[in-house]
Amino acid sequence: MQIELYINHQQVLLTVQPDDFLVDTLRKQGLFSVRRGCDTACCGLCTVWLDGRPTLACSTLSFRAQGRHITTIEGLRHEAEGFARFMAAEGADQCGYCSPGFILTVLAMKRELANPGEADIIHYLTGNLCRCTGYQGQLRAVKKYLGVAECNM
Amino acid sequence: MQYVGKAVAKTDAIAISTGKPVYTEDLAPADALVVKILRSPHAYARIKAIDLTKAYAVQGVECILTYKDVPQVRFTLAGQSYPEPSPYDRLILDQVVRYVGDEVAIVAAVDEKTATAALKKIKVKYEVLEPVLDFEQAIGHRSVVHPEDDLHCNFAIGMDKDRNICSTHRVEAGDVEQELKNCDIVIEETYYTQAQAHAMMETFRAFTYLDHTGRLVIVSSTQVPFHIRRHVARALELPASRVRVIKPRIGGGFGGKQTGAGEVFAGLVTLKTGRPALFIYSRTETFTCTTSRHAMRLKLRLGADKDGFIRALDIENLSDTGAYGEHASTTFMVCGDKTLPLYNKTRAVRYHGHAVYTNKMPAGALRGYGATQGTFALESAVNKLAARLNMDPAELRLKNLIREGETCLVYEGKTLGSSTLDRCIQKGKALIGWDEKYPRRVLADGKVRAIGMAVTMQGSGIAGIDTASIEIRLNDDGSYTLLTGSTDMGTGSDTVLAQIAAEVLATSLDNILVHAADTDVSPYDPGSYASSTAYVTGMATLQAAEELKQKIIDQGTKQLALTPGQLSFDGENLTALDGSKSMSLEKLAELMVLGAGKRQLTGFATYGSPISPPPFIAGFAEVEVDPGTGVIELLDYVAVVDCGTVLNANLARIQVEGGIAQGIGMAMYEDVRYDERGQMQTNTFMQYKIPCRKDVGKITVAFEASYEPTGPFGAKSVGEVVINTPPPAIAHAVYNAVGVTVTRLPITPEKVFMGMKR
Repeated sequence: MQIELYINHQQVLLTVQPDDFLVDTLRKQGLFSVRRGCDTACCGLCTVWLDGRPTLACSTLSFRAQGRHITTIEGLRHEAEGFARFMAAEGADQCGYCSPGFILTVLAMKRELANPGEADIIHYLTGNLCRCTGYQGQLRAVKKYLGVAECNM
Repeated sequence: MQYVGKAVAKTDAIAISTGKPVYTEDLAPADALVVKILRSPHAYARIKAIDLTKAYAVQGVECILTYKDVPQVRFTLAGQSYPEPSPYDRLILDQVVRYVGDEVAIVAAVDEKTATAALKKIKVKYEVLEPVLDFEQAIGHRSVVHPEDDLHCNFAIGMDKDRNICSTHRVEAGDVEQELKNCDIVIEETYYTQAQAHAMMETFRAFTYLDHTGRLVIVSSTQVPFHIRRHVARALELPASRVRVIKPRIGGGFGGKQTGAGEVFAGLVTLKTGRPALFIYSRTETFTCTTSRHAMRLKLRLGADKDGFIRALDIENLSDTGAYGEHASTTFMVCGDKTLPLYNKTRAVRYHGHAVYTNKMPAGALRGYGATQGTFALESAVNKLAARLNMDPAELRLKNLIREGETCLVYEGKTLGSSTLDRCIQKGKALIGWDEKYPRRVLADGKVRAIGMAVTMQGSGIAGIDTASIEIRLNDDGSYTLLTGSTDMGTGSDTVLAQIAAEVLATSLDNILVHAADTDVSPYDPGSYASSTAYVTGMATLQAAEELKQKIIDQGTKQLALTPGQLSFDGENLTALDGSKSMSLEKLAELMVLGAGKRQLTGFATYGSPISPPPFIAGFAEVEVDPGTGVIELLDYVAVVDCGTVLNANLARIQVEGGIAQGIGMAMYEDVRYDERGQMQTNTFMQYKIPCRKDVGKITVAFEASYEPTGPFGAKSVGEVVINTPPPAIAHAVYNAVGVTVTRLPITPEKVFMGMKR
């Protein structure tokens, strides 16, 4: 079937199968930042924005994106690099495999939450797993990026 | 120092963070055949017949291979230096399948849906055999996991395969039985550590193709490219020179990618079809059909006098290697090697036992590599001894632990070159507030807060075996290229090696390009495992840089027509000591590649260490236990590390935080479980729980630097030691909270609650 959608603000016409998932469809378009990390919608690696909201591309059927706006990290290059520098300064990028999905969630959180505290940040990002960093460095990077004061939980 | 010790950002940080196509799958040719594997539904069976007719009828299927189509040479997938201590007990496909998930047939098709469709149409008849599932029943079981007679070992590892014994090991010093009799207190306990999954975010994957000369090229997410080349060459009966292995960026390894997975299958498809092939393990396959940590049963006896000196230690271990013996004998040995020397007031020590075959997924390398398991048993016992003596556990350790310049019963006269473990303990106590909080306090709501601790050691590289080479080239523009066969799996080791070279060559970090891990280009490196990169490859880097620096000075002296010793080099310019003449490095570099009779300058070094200096860590856990439910909340974890000189402050800190989190997972959540038929139950992140952001609490990290005389700029390793303390420290905190001793990991609320009812 054919669908018409916007990927990173560009209107595209795609042919997809009814059982295609968005993660595969986007990778086929060369958007390699979108990654499959699990089979069960648990890890958050495949996070993209669907109409501006973080969404798991591994469990979204491609045809459901008909007429909608998909944003991947390739479409937010400047902003993503801005936050990535905070991550790098903490050494919190590590293997980097979970970073695009994580960064997209952080950038969505920045838009969605007003003045989040540490507990709000941790709650918002809980769906994004990371096996390398132990999460502490990511948290430091997020707090510095958002200008959240150090505080005890 | 200019670079060493600084919090330098990783050189690849922005590319990997922002989703650039740098990982294996991103680089695969679009027309690569998709490889899928038909896997055994039985824990132990013999294939009687395979019917491929209907599968071949599926449009788009290019190739289906069974045990009849593969070379019959046994090999190991363990990424270890040749000759490997792991037994050659695998075939690419065997008529006998030894665990649920073992490979039965390889299918390659034009796309994933076609390959999956074909898999379902392969009909296999099995003769189902009685499996060996309980590793405590494996020795002498009536079923033999490896009855074949062509299994081969490179060393006498104590295999007795007819009794399902993969390896046997024994280390002994002094008369343990006699010393135990002399002791005032003997702690006797049996500890069980579970199988743990690596759960790196990028699952296993590799693609293969034939290059313009017909050589097999393998692009793989691996920690051990040179070992993969050798394994694949052996398994596919090719000369190793006909195989090239390239490692792109890796999405995590943790030792998992020290064991080959998938390369031989994709490689075989490419050889058979002549076409590129791509094999990506699903998350379920990664959980069920690769490797996990070795589950172990450790029977421990520890004897002490009434003053608290530990005099005798006896550990009998039984390790479950599953269906194949990857890393079986070596993880087993490491478990003893990293526990017996920690406390050196002993008069007799012994470590002995077996690794056994069972019909479960093979075990393999995982961060900590046996030391993690041994640490849980030893440190739990030491904490129990402290309780029996009514002595502060920190004081008990300070009394007994090995210190710088000391030796121990199993070090054969060698002395410990560096340790600040005593200071790590003191600092950790201060950071967690030990003196105020130990052992517990009851809150108004009835919950109990308590703290616990553990210490541990690991190694840095494999003494006398693993050897790394480094080449650093002065390029025509005055920049440098550092060639290494080690593999940065996210730790930042490429950056750390560049820091070492930049320090010696007094140049900027961005003037050094690191080219890592292509077996056609890189000098030999055993790969990234055994906490070796910073220490072993780092030392090779230091020496190669020093050689190159000397060559630069020699050539500068010649070009400026000075006498030796009359030239200084500041990294940018070569200047006569009297200031009369000078030349830029850039100019020298240009002259070295221009015209007749010139020679491009390179520094080259090969380094292997005769010793494996241990890094140390002291870990402290604060928990809150609900006595009504047994629910444990981890509030705070403090880790103080001695890894010698810290080479990169931020990367080292993240290594510690990440390792502690993985240790917390092992302590509290993670458990590879099987049903009664040998089917793995924990095969997704739904059932196999790695810690999420809310589970790890707060992790506080500090360093107590020492100076290791044999390491680059005094450095030791940090990668593995960091995973070892959470299981015993959290178990200790739980004991201090509610008096329940959990001896079988993970420490779940059920076990705590049932313990309180007992």
